[in-house]
Amino acid sequence: MTRKQRRITLIAVGLGVLGLAVALVLSALKDSIVFFNSPTDVLEKHVAVGMRIRLGGLVVPGSLARGDNLTVQFELTDGNHAVSVRYQGLLPDLFREGQGVVAEGALDQGGVFRADTVLAKHDENYMPKEVADSLKKSGHWKDDYGKKAVP
Amino acid sequence: MIPEIGHYALVLALGLALIQAVAPLAGARANDPALMSVADTTALAQFLLVAISFAALIYCYVTSDFSVATVFENSHSAMPLIYKFTSAWGNHEGSMLLWVLILSLFGALVSLFGNNLPPTLKANVLGVQSWIAAAFFLFILLTSNPFARLADAPLEGRDLNPILQDLGLAIHPPLLYLGYVGFSISFSFAIAALIEGRIDAAWARWVRPWALMAWMFLTIGIAMGSYWAYYELGWGGWWFWDPVENASFMPWLAGTALLHSALVMEKRGALKVWTLLLAILTFSLSLLGTFLVRSGVLTSVHTFASDPLRGVFILAILVLFIGGGLALFAWRAPQLRQGGLFAPVSREGALVLNNLFLTTACATVLVGTLYPLALDALTGQKISVGAPFFNMTFGPLFVPLLMAMPFGPLLAWKRGDLPGVAQRLFGAFALGLAGVAITFAVARGGPVLAPFGIGLALFVIGGAVTDIVERSGVVQLPWATALKRAAGLPRSVWGGAVAHLGLGITLFGIVCETNWAAERIAAVKPNETFSLRQYDLTFEGLTPRQGPNYTEQVGTFTVRIGGDVIGKLQPSKRSFAARGSETSEAALFTRGVSQLYLSLGDAKPDGSVVVRLYHKPLVLLIWLGAVVMFLGGGLSLSDRRLRVGAPRPAKTKASALAAAE
Repeated sequence: MTRKQRRITLIAVGLGVLGLAVALVLSALKDSIVFFNSPTDVLEKHVAVGMRIRLGGLVVPGSLARGDNLTVQFELTDGNHAVSVRYQGLLPDLFREGQGVVAEGALDQGGVFRADTVLAKHDENYMPKEVADSLKKSGHWKDDYGKKAVP
Repeated sequence: MIPEIGHYALVLALGLALIQAVAPLAGARANDPALMSVADTTALAQFLLVAISFAALIYCYVTSDFSVATVFENSHSAMPLIYKFTSAWGNHEGSMLLWVLILSLFGALVSLFGNNLPPTLKANVLGVQSWIAAAFFLFILLTSNPFARLADAPLEGRDLNPILQDLGLAIHPPLLYLGYVGFSISFSFAIAALIEGRIDAAWARWVRPWALMAWMFLTIGIAMGSYWAYYELGWGGWWFWDPVENASFMPWLAGTALLHSALVMEKRGALKVWTLLLAILTFSLSLLGTFLVRSGVLTSVHTFASDPLRGVFILAILVLFIGGGLALFAWRAPQLRQGGLFAPVSREGALVLNNLFLTTACATVLVGTLYPLALDALTGQKISVGAPFFNMTFGPLFVPLLMAMPFGPLLAWKRGDLPGVAQRLFGAFALGLAGVAITFAVARGGPVLAPFGIGLALFVIGGAVTDIVERSGVVQLPWATALKRAAGLPRSVWGGAVAHLGLGITLFGIVCETNWAAERIAAVKPNETFSLRQYDLTFEGLTPRQGPNYTEQVGTFTVRIGGDVIGKLQPSKRSFAARGSETSEAALFTRGVSQLYLSLGDAKPDGSVVVRLYHKPLVLLIWLGAVVMFLGGGLSLSDRRLRVGAPRPAKTKASALAAAE
């Protein structure tokens, strides 16, 4: 093989792998990303039944109900609207009424959000970033949300 | 007084860094030995000053000096001493101080052990290293001063984030930073080479030990972080493809590629320009990781505080160093001489393939990490890119790499004999196929990919063993001779084989854990028994316990197999009064390399508690494999030819063997 042929082989293999990677990334981006929605988005944008989304908001105080077999039901709100969420399993340590959580799952026919994961991934103010942003958008953000008393 | 000394030492370090950023480079240009040697002293002094500063911070934490703002925010007088110590870097300011401590440590090491370097290269390397140091000293002093005082000293601190009150904080960040920041040396070497416009095989020999050291610590640092997340977060997961994890994983991928391409450059003088580029990219990814983690654009346990100014400042550092590095590369690299011809099927070819797959896989991780941020910034649309994305992109790119891995070390330089190598790998093939067949037979109807994964892991392990077996000639030669030959093999050969073996072990653990872990969530009352696989657990009851700065409810569970008691599990739920927050402490029961994992949920009014129990077969192999990779790196580092600061050997046996290769 001449120097030129070798270089062409190298470039061809390189482009091949790169092409494969681009194809994989594009198809994965189409299928496997999950959009974040606020309760208002869910009601106004008519999220399709069965489509996987993330739903974030504040847990409505007093809405948490525990059923049999570790099922729990609670409402998530962004101040304008609320969506019922049903979940089976262990809630994270930092799950509290009145605080922000993000649930991942899909809406069922009855408009109840069936979550298979509940995340309480927090910053220091006990507020998931997405939820904070969506509260700011809906105009229900208060600066003292979750803030600890400063001595 | 002590905090002010720490602050002042840091200011002095900045001053020295600014001198070191100019003088040695000017000296190298003018060929003035006196000016060049300035860097030797300043690098050591810089390290000493940062060490004083760091010691001052530790002192503030250990003595619970709440007049210092960061101590007040992250410490508590009732915390055990070890956590008082580690909480020094369990916050933004302190962790940045640890960052520069390690940065200046590496500078000092180059100055101490870089005696075999040409004086101009050494001066340039230390100069460039000091640019980075100066930028980060400025960052700390202007935006994140760990020594800022409060006007009225509070009586008690706000306590450290409970998740961080763990031994993991003592281990994971320092190791990870040694890796992360260690790649700054390869970056400085690359920039220095570009400034001089000269690069040869010797450059690769000088830079490789530093890159290897950084890689070792990054490997073990990531593994320890993963194990920490596994036992602390209570979800039983060990890797979440969280942006913060990706931030440390990307430099690892690029750094692994760098190690391999530097090998080609050292042995054959080829891939020079590419190796330089990788050295720049690896550290760029480290900086990107620092930006992602420290700027507050992401929310995670690693994000301590978000102040917009900090984000902008780190972004500026990022743009300056990555942009500047790449611009210099674009300008100077075409002038470097290309070298070394090789056939596509050869050791070089295999290493090129390795680099191709590693960098492409790294690029997909980069896309998955940055895409949500870019989309949010451009359209306001919030998405999450999770494990499915990475399984679909990273997985398919890593599998061919693993399949090719055993071939690489067996191929000859320049021109390899693929059928011959395939023949020599017969044993490894057989091992892999046996793995596939046995897994298929035993776990019939199980996950489709599981037998394939097991086969691949065994093939990789078999390949690493074959490498040593072939080189020592255990099969053909009498035992004594083979043993002698094996002992005489260069340590770097052993190191490479051991590191590959480690990767195979990790892969084996990953395949077992992902395919055969079992989970059970149950609500149990006292004296009730529940089971998972062959294990029966009896809940003995919940007892309160008082910890130093928390109260906890401890559940006691007896573990039995077929009636015989084999152990006790005591998961707990802790309440930290100072922060008003709770954590669950999972309990682990280790049997061989498999684990039972029990975490405690809420207690119900009827006296029962909710528990989550996992059985994780062979899960410890995931991290043990990383430890083996670390040891492999260490073996390779101890090779005389690579050892930092070792005098050039006069025709030793090792180099004669290497020449004969």
